[in-house]
Amino acid sequence: MTSHLWLLALFAFFVAVVFASIAHDAPREQAAFGIRIFGGFLLAGLALGWLMYPLPL
Amino acid sequence: MPAVVAERASSVSPWVAAALAWLVPGAGHLLLGRRQKGLIFLAAIPAMFAIGLGLSGRVFPFDFSQPLVALAAVAARGVGAPAFLAGWLDLGRGVVTDASYEYGNAFVIVSGLLNMLVALDAFDVASGRK
Repeated sequence: MTSHLWLLALFAFFVAVVFASIAHDAPREQAAFGIRIFGGFLLAGLALGWLMYPLPL
Repeated sequence: MPAVVAERASSVSPWVAAALAWLVPGAGHLLLGRRQKGLIFLAAIPAMFAIGLGLSGRVFPFDFSQPLVALAAVAARGVGAPAFLAGWLDLGRGVVTDASYEYGNAFVIVSGLLNMLVALDAFDVASGRK
């Protein structure tokens, strides 16, 4: 299991679940907040990946 | 009388709730009657920690000559009993040559940090602040 994107998604999932559960009490609000955080993690990760693409290793 | 005490919603001491939440992820919320949250924490945080170990992550030792290692050690112990269980079972030694080593460390450390947040949340719930 070395796919960076898969691990990023898995990491984002767990963090989003815990953050959403802490921040809200109602299941509907938790789901909406969790999906927003999860999507934000994925988009930020992809954006940073593309921004770093031209940089040498 | 302090406002916090006056607003206390639970008969459980906030310190007991926080300590239990630290020791067993989710247990503090279960004790406070927040069943849904408790079960989510009980499933998600140990799973994240276990995945970190499965990715060859390391539960760092307390080495105060290396500040970052010491911080990582404190963070990983934030997950509570799973970290001690991993030490007892001789897991979490880390395989630095594995491609997934750094990923594993991220999972192990962040699971501990998340559980610290959960313990603080349990403290707030028991104090009547939430």
